[in-house]
Amino acid sequence: MKEKLKYERPIITKINAGVTDKFGMRAKMPVISEIDGIPVKELINKYGSPSFILSEQTIRKTYNDAKRAFTTRYPNVQFAWSYKTNYMNAVCKIFHSEGSWAEVVSGFEYDKAISNGVPGNKIIFNGPDKSKEDLQKATNNGSYIHIDHFDELYDLLSIAETSEKRPKVAIRVNMDTGIFPQWDRFGFNYENGEAWNALNRIMMSKKLDLIGLHTHIGTYMMTPAPYGVAASKLAELAVRLERKFNHKIKYIDMGGGFASKNTLKGAYLPGKDTCPTFDQYAEAISNALINSELDPNEMPTLFLETGRALIDDAGYITGSVLANKRLADGRRSMIIDTGVNMLFTSFWYEHEIYPAKEVSSHSEDTTIYGPLCMNIDVIRSVIKFPLLQKGDHYVIKRIGAYNMTQWMQFITLRPKIILVDPEGKTHIIRENETNESLTSLEVIPEHLK
Amino acid sequence: MKLKKNIAVSETGFLFDPNSGESFSLNETGKKILQFLKEEKSENQISEWFVKNYEVDQATFENNFNDFITVLQNFRITE
Ligand SMILES: Cc1ncc(COP(=O)(O)O)c(C=O)c1O
Repeated sequence: MKEKLKYERPIITKINAGVTDKFGMRAKMPVISEIDGIPVKELINKYGSPSFILSEQTIRKTYNDAKRAFTTRYPNVQFAWSYKTNYMNAVCKIFHSEGSWAEVVSGFEYDKAISNGVPGNKIIFNGPDKSKEDLQKATNNGSYIHIDHFDELYDLLSIAETSEKRPKVAIRVNMDTGIFPQWDRFGFNYENGEAWNALNRIMMSKKLDLIGLHTHIGTYMMTPAPYGVAASKLAELAVRLERKFNHKIKYIDMGGGFASKNTLKGAYLPGKDTCPTFDQYAEAISNALINSELDPNEMPTLFLETGRALIDDAGYITGSVLANKRLADGRRSMIIDTGVNMLFTSFWYEHEIYPAKEVSSHSEDTTIYGPLCMNIDVIRSVIKFPLLQKGDHYVIKRIGAYNMTQWMQFITLRPKIILVDPEGKTHIIRENETNESLTSLEVIPEHLK
Repeated sequence: MKLKKNIAVSETGFLFDPNSGESFSLNETGKKILQFLKEEKSENQISEWFVKNYEVDQATFENNFNDFITVLQNFRITE
């Protein structure tokens, strides 16, 4: 039989004389055919479509890059893994094995950290929702409790009355760092004196161990300067405490908020070209602390609760094209098997999506839809994308932060999460949902049986 | 499916529509289809030819073909 020719789908494109696209040339779309050396096709065949893939190598490398940026500029630095960003136990254990403590914001996350083997005195407990039982437990375990509001302060004072151990506390401080909108709903305000007032009450009560000061000024901060402002303000509070009470705090916690390399919706340039590096953030924070009036012989430990910037790059979704379609006005649309229910961050990022193999050098303006029967299910509203066929594979990049915790079961079942270890072996770290696993939580009343 | 009369397609896959003054570029498959359409071949004949000579099954080809025709209509290259 005669050998058949290689097929490419028919394509016609209009030539716009003199008009180039936004980046001055017709760039060919890159392809992601493998993740840490494992072919995408193999991953999909083995674990199904779609799947979430995490690269352990990338997690460790990113963590060490961030750590180096700070430890080369400041004497004592401690990272605490922000659980809500990605609390898959395997992920948490990678960070803990690198020396990260745990940063948690609920009783659920707190218990998760304990069961991941984190000692109580290496857990930072943040957030507005800590029950009295949570606070009692954290006190008994010697965890660092970051007080969010006065009601919590009073709860802690009453716990201190009856506990053998003194609660170890810090306050969360919110402040004007020159960014808009200012985050003022968490913690005590700096400018109006509320933070200073809370610190005074804690010191006067003599029942709590005030060990630190905390802030988290926002998320996806696109310039390092506000961190400098925030670090100076916390340093100033620390210096005042020392003057008035002769009390030295042990640490300053700058929270999270470093931008990842994702591109925000509406941004003109890609995030990977615009977001600051770890070095730039580290420079702003270290300079502010070192240049403050803090005692240079006893500088407080610098805590960091970096979330998205440490994990976004390590996560991928691999999946398949379900269908192609023309919209009424002739625009092309492509339906893929990942919806916004699984890719929560698609509400604020223009996620990078690539074909898993070379298909064609032609691309066309395309709208990429998820599989849900819902109008809001749009992954990319316009992207120049090559014409993939039904069943072809794609890869979505930089999805490691917040998706594996904020995803929701809706219309479809959530897929597996796979970890690729540094030797290139793959491991299921979360099974896919099944009808049984979901319905096992449901109860049918007797009269409906 | 009929192309507008005076549509010109070059050897290199360059298409010129004198009615609108617009130009287009075609890949190999697109060029071949336009050639067949000019010869007034039917969809069936075109599909058979591709399935015989290329690594493509009938369903995929017909799906791509219909999509391509929609694009031609949008560009007002067909009657
Ligand atoms: C208190 C606190 N710390 C750390 C983080 C992690 O932030 P990011 O992922 O922006 O680094 C958050 C996220 O909202 C937070 O609320």
